[in-house]
Amino acid sequence: MSRLSAQSLGVRRAGRAILEGVSFDLEDAMFVALVGANGAGKSTLLSVLAGLLKPDAGEVWIDGRPLAAIARRDLARRRAYLPQNPRAEWPISVERVVALGLTPHLPAFGGLPGGLEPRLTQAIAACDLADHRLQPATTLSGGELARAMLARALIGDPQVLIADEPTAGLDPRHALDTMSRLRGLAARGKLVIAAVHDLTLAARHASHLMALKGGRLAAFGPTAEVLSPELLRHVFEVEARVVGAGRETLVDYLGPAPGS
Amino acid sequence: MKPARPLPVFVLPGVAALALLLAAVGSLFVGRVNVSPADLIDALFAPDLSLAGLVLTELRLPRAILAILVGAALGLSGAVLQGLLRNPLAEPGLLGVSGGAALGAVISIYFGLAASFPLATPLLGLAGAMAAGALTFAFGRGGTLTLILAGAAVSGLMGAFLALALNFAPSPYAAYEAGLWMLGSLSEKSWDHIGLAAPFILVGLALLSTLGRAVDALALGEIQALSLGVDLDRSRLVAVLGVGLAVGAATSVTGSIGFIGLVAPHLVRPFVGHQPSRTLLPSALLGATLLLIADVGTRLIHTNTELRLGVITSLIGAPVFFWLVMRLRKVAP
Repeated sequence: MSRLSAQSLGVRRAGRAILEGVSFDLEDAMFVALVGANGAGKSTLLSVLAGLLKPDAGEVWIDGRPLAAIARRDLARRRAYLPQNPRAEWPISVERVVALGLTPHLPAFGGLPGGLEPRLTQAIAACDLADHRLQPATTLSGGELARAMLARALIGDPQVLIADEPTAGLDPRHALDTMSRLRGLAARGKLVIAAVHDLTLAARHASHLMALKGGRLAAFGPTAEVLSPELLRHVFEVEARVVGAGRETLVDYLGPAPGS
Repeated sequence: MKPARPLPVFVLPGVAALALLLAAVGSLFVGRVNVSPADLIDALFAPDLSLAGLVLTELRLPRAILAILVGAALGLSGAVLQGLLRNPLAEPGLLGVSGGAALGAVISIYFGLAASFPLATPLLGLAGAMAAGALTFAFGRGGTLTLILAGAAVSGLMGAFLALALNFAPSPYAAYEAGLWMLGSLSEKSWDHIGLAAPFILVGLALLSTLGRAVDALALGEIQALSLGVDLDRSRLVAVLGVGLAVGAATSVTGSIGFIGLVAPHLVRPFVGHQPSRTLLPSALLGATLLLIADVGTRLIHTNTELRLGVITSLIGAPVFFWLVMRLRKVAP
């Protein structure tokens, strides 16, 4: 039984296919980097996987059950979802933002039960936010906010994390920091799926690469097996060099592919 | 500098409840009929009815209770709507409910129904509020922005009909009376009015108070709230229903009372670390307190024509809002 699987997913919007015939099986301890050109359907696929968007065709299964058959609170405990550039709309403290990740674990009324307080402290410390605990989330820098949102997503200890461009808008140091945190999660047995634009970053950290082109699955497999100049030419329509391997991979773009 | 920890959970509701109690008791001792506090207290324990006893039980007590109900309805509705829509300008009239209530009430005055049957005004107001709320929800379901726009459209429609009614008023007196009614007042309200409005207001308040978790999660935006298991469609329905019942019933009895629902949540927010769920109860209590104080104001300020409650809340509320805007300009760049 796979942790998360997609069976011939299809999404149509205004007569146009955004996703078509996408199928795959994902297991625990994978860090899957979802890559593809703008408009390839990455965000749509992640929304469908997270159960936020109902596909027009096909089904997503989590823990051996179709998503549609899982109650929303139950689903919220199993997987966490981080949208692109998440932000807080009120100047609530970092501590409160992180605690919101426990929403599906709480009864309908009342504050945070005392038993969950240590978990909150631990989640804040794990994302290096102890110094910002009481700071309004609206005054955080981009990197701090990204860590706060990650802590929010992880505090409920979900088995699956789905993140849409978690490194968007981050400087190199914070992007590296985010990627190594995600890799660390996968190393601890979680399933992580993240849309990533920086291919070098993806190649160095992700265990698996999933490429979308025009709403269809172009490639999916272990990073070392999948990443190749041919794939980049097909998916991104660029000539590129792939240098090195593993943690020292470098993807170097040479120019637009001829004939594109 | 380390930012201050927000107050413990029970402090602000406790303080607000105490202030409400003081305002409520105080309001019983103030009125146009000059009765000394000693007489009022005597009357409370006297077995037979006296003038002081009548003033207390038939005039001031119902007035205070109505002020608490209506103020709580406005304060809580404002807090829920601001949290749900993540818009600091949201106020109870946003959904067109108060416009509908005003239209219903004015129709009852227009056709002279109010003269023959005093409860016709609140009853028709209630019907108008329900119709307006249903219309807003029917057109605005499916999204926050569509809900706001549908509310604005319904408000506009109700305003147009209201203007039409005033335009063709059968007599200048009817137009004057309708206009005066819309300014809002708690005077000449009986236990009958409370009996009519209270059930609706209480059900509305109960519905609105279930939305704490939803407005908290919505602080992260709709997508994250959805991913955290919050049923947004259901929350919007409960909010429209709750505001419709509470504010609709309140407006149909008292007329339009502005600014309480808008300002109360803003005054509360800094003391609870801006956490939306924690603004709910204090906003209801503060709304009730503010309305009680404003109503005492209408009784203390002696004018030839009665100073209407809605006028006083607007006169005080608007400058408070200016002050909030100035403060916001300092906080946000």
